Amino acid sequence: MADIKIDKDRCKGCCLCVAECPRGNIRMAELLNDAGQPYAEIVDTDNCTGCALCCQMCPDLAIAIGPKKPAPDKAPGSV
Amino acid sequence: MEFERPTTLLETRTHYCPGCGHGIVHRLVAEVIDELGIRERTIGTAPVGCAVLLYDYFNCDIIECAHGRPPAVATGLKRVLPDRIVFTYQGDGDLAAIGTSETIHTANRGENITAIFVNNAVYGMTGGQMAPTTLLGQSTTTSPDGRGLNHEGPPLKVCELLASLDGVTYLERVAVSTAKDTIKARKAIRKAFVNQIEGKGYSLVEVLSMCPTDWKLSPQQGVDFVNHQMKKVFPLGVYKDRS
Repeated sequence: MADIKIDKDRCKGCCLCVAECPRGNIRMAELLNDAGQPYAEIVDTDNCTGCALCCQMCPDLAIAIGPKKPAPDKAPGSV
Repeated sequence: MEFERPTTLLETRTHYCPGCGHGIVHRLVAEVIDELGIRERTIGTAPVGCAVLLYDYFNCDIIECAHGRPPAVATGLKRVLPDRIVFTYQGDGDLAAIGTSETIHTANRGENITAIFVNNAVYGMTGGQMAPTTLLGQSTTTSPDGRGLNHEGPPLKVCELLASLDGVTYLERVAVSTAKDTIKARKAIRKAFVNQIEGKGYSLVEVLSMCPTDWKLSPQQGVDFVNHQMKKVFPLGVYKDRS
């Protein structure tokens, strides 16, 4: 899983990330952002591999991916 | 994989339309400047066109030039300050129409600069008029019945044109219409900057980009237009590499 975040106020709703995600893990939200534009949201953060193809296509740099998190069952200290 | 905003790009929200390729090209240029560690000695020259507000978005020195004149300004900058990294960022109206003369002569002299040429086959800022790079049959506000071969002539192919000039070091045409193309575009832009750092001469990267608003298409249809129409007329690839 990846630490992926979409800044909804930076998103202009072009949907290029939605088309690019190989897992179909990005969709358009039903609401509008503060600028009155539709915005993209992650369907399931745990389903994101962090491939960053969405980031490659985002013209507005609305998507950021942080350092990879360990899977829950492989967390440090777990047996 | 981590992915964050390059420091060469300011936090400002751009004025570009949804699905416009300029934002992607800005990011690629900024990432390369970051990676090469040259931000403090980089000077960009901005065009007239949608990218006219380049100085609002880039965290490096930017000079706004008269329409079509970034290659002339960049020539002066590079000659006076040879230790600076100078790039031009131009659209098709700027580089291939009003600035054709500057572009050809700067390339022919082999000035040691980097040119980023964003080709979206239309005049964007002024409302979608026909550009020199508009495709045959493409409808624009000044060619409502489509560009015709007999009246307007075929689209101008800048990479093919400049490839015949002895002064040119590196020419590549790339696109930002798929993630794969975007990654390749970054490599081409990087090479164009590295050529300048190594003093190898004039490099130009032509980027096929989307303008869904003036094409009267949705952002996704805009991507399809680049992939299925523009790439046929403007084939991607390296047109010259003397580096």
